[in-house]
Amino acid sequence: MSRLEVLKTYKIYIGGQFPRTESGRFYPVELKNGTVTNICLSSRKDLRNAVVAARNAFEGWSSRAAFNRSQILYRIAEMLEGRKAQFVEELVAVGASRAAATKEVEVSIDRCVYFAGWCDKFTQAFGSVNPVPSSHFNFSVHEPTGVVTIIAPESPSLLGLVSCIMPVIAGGNTCVILASENSPHVAVTFAEVLNSSDVPGGVVNILTGKEDELAEHFSSHMDVNATIYCREKHLKRIQENGALNVKRVLNWAKYDWNKQGEDPYLLLETQEVKTTWHPIENIAGAKSGY
Amino acid sequence: MAQKTENKLDFGSKWEYAAAPESADHASIMDEYGLYINGKFVKAEGGKKFASINPSNDQHIAYFAEASDNDVDKAVKAARKAYKEVWSVMPAKERAKYIFRIARLIQERAREFAVLESMDGGKPIRESRDIDIPLAANHFFYYAGWADKLEYAFPGKKIEPVGVAGQIIPWNFPLLMAAWKLAPALACGNTVVLKPAETTPLTAMKLAELIHDSGLPAGVVNVVTGAGATGAAIVNHPDVDKIAFTGSTGVGKIIQKAIAGTHKKATLELGGKAANIIFDDAPIDQAVEGIINGIFFNQGHVCCAGSRLFVQENVKDEVLRKLIDRMGSLIVGDPLDKNTDVGAINSKEQLNTINKYLKIGQEEGAEIYQPKCSLPNKGNWCPPTLFCETSQSHRIVQEEIFGPVLTVQTFRTVDEVIDKANNTPFGLSAGVWTDKGSKIFNLTTKLRAGVVWANTYNKFDPTSPFGGYKESGFGREGGLHGLLPYVNLV
Repeated sequence: MSRLEVLKTYKIYIGGQFPRTESGRFYPVELKNGTVTNICLSSRKDLRNAVVAARNAFEGWSSRAAFNRSQILYRIAEMLEGRKAQFVEELVAVGASRAAATKEVEVSIDRCVYFAGWCDKFTQAFGSVNPVPSSHFNFSVHEPTGVVTIIAPESPSLLGLVSCIMPVIAGGNTCVILASENSPHVAVTFAEVLNSSDVPGGVVNILTGKEDELAEHFSSHMDVNATIYCREKHLKRIQENGALNVKRVLNWAKYDWNKQGEDPYLLLETQEVKTTWHPIENIAGAKSGY
Repeated sequence: MAQKTENKLDFGSKWEYAAAPESADHASIMDEYGLYINGKFVKAEGGKKFASINPSNDQHIAYFAEASDNDVDKAVKAARKAYKEVWSVMPAKERAKYIFRIARLIQERAREFAVLESMDGGKPIRESRDIDIPLAANHFFYYAGWADKLEYAFPGKKIEPVGVAGQIIPWNFPLLMAAWKLAPALACGNTVVLKPAETTPLTAMKLAELIHDSGLPAGVVNVVTGAGATGAAIVNHPDVDKIAFTGSTGVGKIIQKAIAGTHKKATLELGGKAANIIFDDAPIDQAVEGIINGIFFNQGHVCCAGSRLFVQENVKDEVLRKLIDRMGSLIVGDPLDKNTDVGAINSKEQLNTINKYLKIGQEEGAEIYQPKCSLPNKGNWCPPTLFCETSQSHRIVQEEIFGPVLTVQTFRTVDEVIDKANNTPFGLSAGVWTDKGSKIFNLTTKLRAGVVWANTYNKFDPTSPFGGYKESGFGREGGLHGLLPYVNLV
């Protein structure tokens, strides 16, 4: 008698835990071999829980040493490399060719490595010491914007997801990301990678579900500082909702992630510039002044 | 309020300061100003106009044209033409020289501009003379030099100008805000339609005259005066590529919503409610000067004003005693008098807003203190005001008042004050006063604000990026980072 295969229950990822959606709802996605997977149809409440988790994780993640964040992002690449075959299979299962799937997984791994390297460099490369004429020491550094919601591109389902998450968390933000609707399996499996990569719970939260239902809530939540949108249908509405609390709304639909993802300016888009002043006693001819 | 009465310092009650007015004779004001469109001064459509009033004596200053939608359209068309045909194709080093020339012309005419700024806006001549006008000139001078060096500002990228920028500026630093907006836009190769605030259009129109004198090609800078409708016409114009706005968070949100679904980029410099934090190991006398400068500079009409004072509990009595003594020595009055510390409230409307909050604060149970000072009979005036016994939930603590009104709270621990300081939708600026360096860096790192002043307050410079976190807006003005809003990276 042949062995019965154990099928996986696809869950969402909130605060380092793997719940099913609180709503109990699902939507079916059929694989090429005919297997039907029941994907979590995440609700507004799931989003709200995820934002709470992301907000709670923000202080710890943003105040980690940049070098430490760098190592953790590199660790994600290590874990992804080790699970490469599984990701290729999952992409093939929803219709990709083996060659294309392999390429997508490899580029995704490399993208993690690319942004791992930026963690402790971008503040040096893009910060400044400002030569004010008064007797003050004055410098500008980047700091993370805060909690970022992301609606990932429909495809490429893994590379798009990874390309959005990496620049956001490399800079110390935490995020909630909505996976590709028709190819969500790799996103769920990527959560398992994150979970075994020393990424603290809540830094990345991954939901599956319908854009039409969730775009409104991703962009209108008042404790979200920025929203990244990688699709087209709801752009205007998302930008309008941004005005509710002056969210930074980033339109990343324009990027071809195969060619354009390696770019530190993407990382800077979820950064704030902070400028600090302090008096200096008696330099040059300038007067010291409080 | 705990206040020692013995050994109280007596600041000047025995003598009156003699008046020391700056002469206004040197400044020329026309009866009526037009719009500056395509290198020409023209009347508004239908000859519509409005008056600007001197807020310190209610006297009429001049009439200004009220630009209609059609006028704005003409200005945008002129800017587009100048962008395509002249400004974006001019060698960058030539562009730079025009901007340097504008800087020099402002320096040459600094005194005239200072007098006009104080007349039109009500700010003390000491501030317009020593801060607003020199900084405005310096902004042009600083950004002029960037024009032909932009490739060094964005390593790894090529840059392109954005196109036509619509810039809407507030009434609190009229010329300085015009400079903040114009200088980086021009340096990066954009052309501009600028709208000054309706209560302070005078120095913007004088700047238009000066720009005209500089020989800047027609249409590169266009200045349209008017109120909210004129601003809306700029924001909604389909051929504007970028909106730069400084003003209230309320209007900023309207603008952000209005440009949703369009190609327009935006920079928003919005409101603030900054914490100014005094630790027990701070140099108290300097800190008191910092508190005064933080909230009473420019009558508190400052988006980054230190309007929420946090004093460590064990030094509260000493700080408040010294603060109240110092408030008693502030001279409130004629903006053109060189002794004046606090000038006139910019408009009747703003005075009403401030008075509304004074009432709200007292109804909320806060304890109000205002020094005895003689205020002029005419004009808009508000004495320096302190609210004690306030808490985080008070409206006067949460909402931006934009006037000379300071709220006081106390704290015990560092973590407590960080929580309280960050517990606001705003995030523009903050102040920290302590003699301990490690504590400063702890605070300056954890305060969620775009500008943090440690052991100083309200310092500005063209090389220093300025702008907010959260609902205080996005984008930076000043410094290297102030170039980004005016370029497309390719």
